[in-house]
Amino acid sequence: MTTETTKETPEAAAVPPSGAAPAKKVPQGHRRLLTRRDRLTLGLMAGLPTILHIALVWVTALASIALAFTTWDGIGFDSIQWVGLQNFKELFEQNPQFWPAVQHNVIWFVVLIVIPTPLGLFLAVQLDKNIRFSRVYQTAFFLPVVMSMAVIGFVWQLIYNPDTGLINSIIGANEPGKYIDWIGDPDLNLWAILVAASWRHAGYMMILYLAGLKGVDPSLREASALDGASEWQTFKNVIFPTLRPTNTVVLVVTIIEALRAFDLVFVFNKGAEGTELLSILVTNNIIGESSRIGYGSAIAVVLLLISLVVIIPYLVATFRKERRA
Amino acid sequence: MSTSVVTKVRTPIRPARILLHVFLAGAALAWLAPLLWALYSAMRPYAETSEKGYVSWPDTLNFDNFTNAFTQSDMSHYFVNTMIIAVPAVLVTLFLSSMVAFYVSRFDFRLNLALLLVFTAGNLLPQQVIITPLYRLYLLIDLPGITMSGKLYDSALGLVLIHVAFQSGFCAFVLSNYMRTLPHELTEAALVDGASVWRQYWQIVLPLCRPAMAALATLLSIWIYNDFFWALVLISTGENMPITSALNNLTGAYFTDPNLVAAGALLTAIPTLIVYFVLQRQFVSGLTLGANKG
Repeated sequence: MTTETTKETPEAAAVPPSGAAPAKKVPQGHRRLLTRRDRLTLGLMAGLPTILHIALVWVTALASIALAFTTWDGIGFDSIQWVGLQNFKELFEQNPQFWPAVQHNVIWFVVLIVIPTPLGLFLAVQLDKNIRFSRVYQTAFFLPVVMSMAVIGFVWQLIYNPDTGLINSIIGANEPGKYIDWIGDPDLNLWAILVAASWRHAGYMMILYLAGLKGVDPSLREASALDGASEWQTFKNVIFPTLRPTNTVVLVVTIIEALRAFDLVFVFNKGAEGTELLSILVTNNIIGESSRIGYGSAIAVVLLLISLVVIIPYLVATFRKERRA
Repeated sequence: MSTSVVTKVRTPIRPARILLHVFLAGAALAWLAPLLWALYSAMRPYAETSEKGYVSWPDTLNFDNFTNAFTQSDMSHYFVNTMIIAVPAVLVTLFLSSMVAFYVSRFDFRLNLALLLVFTAGNLLPQQVIITPLYRLYLLIDLPGITMSGKLYDSALGLVLIHVAFQSGFCAFVLSNYMRTLPHELTEAALVDGASVWRQYWQIVLPLCRPAMAALATLLSIWIYNDFFWALVLISTGENMPITSALNNLTGAYFTDPNLVAAGALLTAIPTLIVYFVLQRQFVSGLTLGANKG
């Protein structure tokens, strides 16, 4: 792994390549050297991808916001009706699934950050000790990350199925009267899914932390060892503080994963009682029998607002560093 | 980097090390257990497991379920569908985002930072934020004769477009960071020599980005192959589905035979596992290149 892959990317960008003179800005004359044809080429090069991206991602995101204040059955444009905040009112006050969904999204995040994330860090620290078979262990932990969430859902159903699943078969709960319904019981199913989600997330976090640890200056470790610090003290006082950029990334990734969570739940039980999520509610308005576009958009707007609370500070911090470069 | 630790690598076997190995081997095995269980179930005939129960000693172990899943559910057809979507999507994403990255990182225009911000932020949004209007838009766009469905909806083209639009945000960000580390002298010399902007991009900058492009290509192939959500909403005909959402149908049809479903799920995962094992280094470096990815 090269150094620029091990660091957080914006930082790598902020460091000028060692060969180049420091802080050398592109000379102003650079732009004037461009011919008219060059300018046209550049315009097309940046313009076409931008149009595609903005049209499909940002225009639709803005359309979501606009539609959230309307009702629309999706048939023709003249049936679009402005209803102000009514969708939101209905959502907050009447929809029995909304607040559980918000709560489940929060639980999803808390579980991911409290269990698999420290576990991934712990595994990364162990694997970073330059031990034999490190790659084999690494692969074992990392394999779930490569697989589709949908496939993971199917694999875990083989474990949770009340009749034929591994757990119930082992504990003898796969007979009538003794059933533990991991998938159907609203008190259990979210936790059952979160085990599967954590299974995948830990491997992902492990890789991020391994990369972060490779970037830690080895002389820090040596100095700490010379000072007679124990392994734990070294980690707590020396290594962990230097992992700050990685921790930021891990936090952002985990929040976004929690907001995006969908596939696993959909495969599991389609977001039935106990596993409602905002993403599932939005999707149900499209592929379900009801086509309530304004209402679905209102849920999407809630999801958008929560995401922006994370995305904006992160981007501001990232790009501020970039501008200073 | 681990190089400095090399000096103390051949330490005599210490109890702590052995303990660590025992722990890691145990943990790794526990980690693989769900997959091994799926494999074990998939290799047993349904008749046997329904009689003896799933936790039992096997009489027969074979790959019949895999063959059946593959032939009965027409999996090869869905693999082809996935290829029709994933191959163009990966190539076009890399091509378009490298152009944006080139523009943003090699020139000093005023809009650069804002442009990159738009791309990066777009990629961080949850897909469900944009799906409702996108779905409507796809239904509105008529493409008679171009796609089988006559619309952007329910077509491979539609999926390719959304994958490209969505993933190019991430790739543009990563590639622009990468291109920024290339010395400016490289293109300045070419510029003075009268090389056009396109030649600077195509013949100088792009070849130097090969490592980053390879890493991104690996990552994108796996992500796009694994996509479940876009296909679920934007494809309605079973015929047109890519493999992961087709698997969902398979379980609908054969839900009474978990062994067959296990075989189908494992078959679906095989291509990504192959990509991972063959291109492990690219994959891992790609993930950490763009550690901001959700």
